[in-house]
Amino acid sequence: MDKPLEDILVVDFSQFLSGPSASLKLADLGARVIKIERPKTGDICRELYISNVRMNGDSSVFHAINRNKESFTANLKNRKERDEVWQLVEKADIVIHNFRPGVMKRLGFDYKSVQKVKPDIVYGEISGYGDEGPWKDKPGQDLLVQALSGMSWLSGDAGEGPVPMGLSIVDILTGAHLAQGLLACLVRRGIKQDQRGGLVQVSMLESAVDFQFETITTFYQDGGERVSRSETNNAHAYLGAPYGIYQTKDGSLALAMASIPELADLLHCDSLRTFTNPRKWYEQRDEIKTILGTRLTDKTTEEWLKILEPADIWCADVLSWNELIESKGFKALDMIQKVEMGDGFSSQTTRSPLTINGESLLSSVGAPKLGEHTKSIREEFIDGN
Amino acid sequence: MKPLEDLAVLEFSQYMSGPLAGLKLADLGARVIKVEPPVTGEGGRHIDIKGMYVDDNSLLFHTINRNKESYVANLKVEEDFQKVEHLISQADVMTHNFRPGVMEGLGLSYEQVKKINPRIIYAGISGYGTEGPWSNKPGQDLLIQSLSGLTYLSGDQGDLPTPFGLSVIDILCGNYLVQGILASLVQKGKTNKGAHVEISLLEVAMDLQFEVITTYLNDGEKLPNRAKEGNAHAYLGAPYGIYQTATGYLALAMTDLEILGQIIGLDSLGDYSAAEQFDCRDEIMDKLRVELKNKSTDEWLDLLEPADIWCADVKDYKEFLNHKAYRVLEMDQTLKLKSGKGLTTTRSPIRIDEERFFSSMAAPQLGEHTKVIEKEFDLDLLYE
Repeated sequence: MDKPLEDILVVDFSQFLSGPSASLKLADLGARVIKIERPKTGDICRELYISNVRMNGDSSVFHAINRNKESFTANLKNRKERDEVWQLVEKADIVIHNFRPGVMKRLGFDYKSVQKVKPDIVYGEISGYGDEGPWKDKPGQDLLVQALSGMSWLSGDAGEGPVPMGLSIVDILTGAHLAQGLLACLVRRGIKQDQRGGLVQVSMLESAVDFQFETITTFYQDGGERVSRSETNNAHAYLGAPYGIYQTKDGSLALAMASIPELADLLHCDSLRTFTNPRKWYEQRDEIKTILGTRLTDKTTEEWLKILEPADIWCADVLSWNELIESKGFKALDMIQKVEMGDGFSSQTTRSPLTINGESLLSSVGAPKLGEHTKSIREEFIDGN
Repeated sequence: MKPLEDLAVLEFSQYMSGPLAGLKLADLGARVIKVEPPVTGEGGRHIDIKGMYVDDNSLLFHTINRNKESYVANLKVEEDFQKVEHLISQADVMTHNFRPGVMEGLGLSYEQVKKINPRIIYAGISGYGTEGPWSNKPGQDLLIQSLSGLTYLSGDQGDLPTPFGLSVIDILCGNYLVQGILASLVQKGKTNKGAHVEISLLEVAMDLQFEVITTYLNDGEKLPNRAKEGNAHAYLGAPYGIYQTATGYLALAMTDLEILGQIIGLDSLGDYSAAEQFDCRDEIMDKLRVELKNKSTDEWLDLLEPADIWCADVKDYKEFLNHKAYRVLEMDQTLKLKSGKGLTTTRSPIRIDEERFFSSMAAPQLGEHTKVIEKEFDLDLLYE
């Protein structure tokens, strides 16, 4: 298929997750992404092992984030190698980095300098906390941003301490926001016949705030009340009962928004009948959840689903990955793809969640070995080779 | 100037995922028109957050639908349908997030819309894909979290499945849909052709977990094992997590254990190998838990930050939103409500050409812009 960003060239100086997740999205949409990595060590993410898993010399995380990209090594402090990178940048549509503020300027590849040689460049940068203010030099790391931005008081139950969300959610959202801004500038450049590029800046802290836009707006509107998770079964500190995950006789059951009197009927649970005012299901959530929690342990998840699903109650089983991957619903998505590296090493990973004109955005290209494409890129792009 | 100015987006979406995509496009400059059924409007107007309503609509609706217009049409009535067709013929993008089959039933499937406007970018969100045994299940955030395995990543080892306490799948889905829409607009700039962009919440939930699922798939399908206490990531070794101090809490990210041990007076941390940071995670975290209770969070930060140990205070909204580091971002903006009151919310997180994008336009009342839009898009001429 013709992927929408074919013929777009991205030169990516970023490392870890936030920047590289943005360039992965662009790669899956068809762009050609060249990672600029320092010799010997490369992107630090290559050594960020999780549960000690190493695949063909690099971390599993690196593989997941950097498939479908090329690797070019250059020491940016060496004049000759820096000049080579400049020749790449001159041909790029997009440049991305996520260094702390000031670093790109010292290396000479800040927006103003790049814009001088490539006026229509779309230049994306990610910082931890913006480029001013008291936190600007703090490390821009996911858990720290979760901790600082109030996010860790939203999950878990009332009696617990802070409970972070167990993935690098801020990195992922920041990357998504960066990709959005970059694409919007490409739209401006293309559709409008406006030959201007653009500077796109996002920060992890702003993306963390944007992620919490509903709850922060509610916090402002309720006069600044302390966030209050429900005593049990919390799934969203600002939503009323029954919203939560409950234990059943043999497992768990998730219940989203639903009418309490309707649940009383379906579950044969008379003590729920008195909760008739939907606007009170927030302040009464602990009471309601306690009653529900007790009743739901009487039957198995399957038995409850058979009663609730036909009534179109928003409910679901709670699955582990093993159970999910075995399910027909998951198999129908065909979400796992096999990728292969230049040296033949192959592995399994997920594909892009987008489908365009009826086709999934698949790519069988695995993550690059450090400097794997330096030579071929030199031959293709760099004068004198 | 905002980059998407002059683009018209029709939003047939409801609740969160689709309208979030609309909000992102609006904040980047597009004109977003919600096409809503009469009387009730879209379902999101009635989704209760903490029981709070503003100008007769839920506060949640206000938050997600600011900076948009509302056009009312009963798509089952011929006259209204023709007006909407006419509107579609002039639009650049349309979005929907109905269950599979609903848009077809209304006569607005991609195939049908393409005949009205071959250059449109048509973007649809489903819960679980448009075919397969789950396609008619309700596509709701918590349910998708529960089905996708995500609830085994947060909380501690002994805890029940613990969801992320926000509509994370909806939010990410809306953001990814925008990527598909914008990339298709880039392509349209070259080919002058429209496109059909599709995404599902379940695929987004898998994408969100792409790093850990890749690890799982290539490491013998071992299920996640959350830390015993203070878990922040089931796959990362010690000290990654949150710890109680004498006054509150402290978050510790990846760090060299030996250096950390020297600073806090726990020399035995230096004895663990790199592999043991994960394999002996609970043992190391236990040691840290005992030691870190001995000083206040501020005292620890004073010791750890100068050594560039990745650590932070754990703040709540009151502390965070009043902090200078937050205020300097100028992240708040005030919407002008119809009642004359203001509603404070946050702005777009994206800065372009050093400009922060603000908009004081509040969420629309149901049908607030129907007349203006009919005039502007010449819909009123159809029946004259």
